[in-house]
Amino acid sequence: MTKKMALIATKGTLDMAYPPFILGSTAAALGWDVQIFFTFYGLQLLRKDLSDVKISPLANPAMPMPVPMPVMVQMLPGMESMATMMMKQKMKSKGVASLEELRDLCLEAEVKFVACQMTVDLFEFSKADFIENVEYGGAATFMKFAGESDVCLFI
Amino acid sequence: MNFDKEYDASGLSCPLPIVKTKKALADMTTGQVLKVVATDPGSVCDMAAFAEQTGNALLEQGEEAGKFVFFLKKA
Repeated sequence: MTKKMALIATKGTLDMAYPPFILGSTAAALGWDVQIFFTFYGLQLLRKDLSDVKISPLANPAMPMPVPMPVMVQMLPGMESMATMMMKQKMKSKGVASLEELRDLCLEAEVKFVACQMTVDLFEFSKADFIENVEYGGAATFMKFAGESDVCLFI
Repeated sequence: MNFDKEYDASGLSCPLPIVKTKKALADMTTGQVLKVVATDPGSVCDMAAFAEQTGNALLEQGEEAGKFVFFLKKA
């Protein structure tokens, strides 16, 4: 019987965007049936344009930095964009897939994306900004699939 | 070992070697052998886990010119 994995993606930062797409694409490659429920900041991962998905060194003391950087400096304008650019360069040089590529691999492997309708309404997001192949639903939709799943993770 | 197709995943990191291996197997027929070359050290454990879970037999694995090499028989 086909194994199932249910994920909840709640974060919209670059580092936290990777786990759902990595696990989703891998499980699908292993023949699993996968559904990802995107809610709150996780909805940002469904945007056609992912360039606003960033990483911040601020309040992120475990982030390896090329040079030690005081918090007062980390909070300066442009630091977030710079950290994101550096992280993306690093990832590229190490052969780590881009978010877009991993998301496409998920879609190609028929990973099902469900967006939380409540949060879409709460943040007044426009569905036109999201990729196609997204279904809109609520907690009951997630529970139906999660209840039958072998692996269920909150990310 | 003889093989019918080769996929080079050199330079790629997790999960790409596995996900792309799955794609490379897609247009092959049962019994054909796929050779996969990878540089990701994690792929040694990952490829065995992939083989076990998908039924594609890992016939042989080893190292060739500093790279990891796998031979998978399509299920």
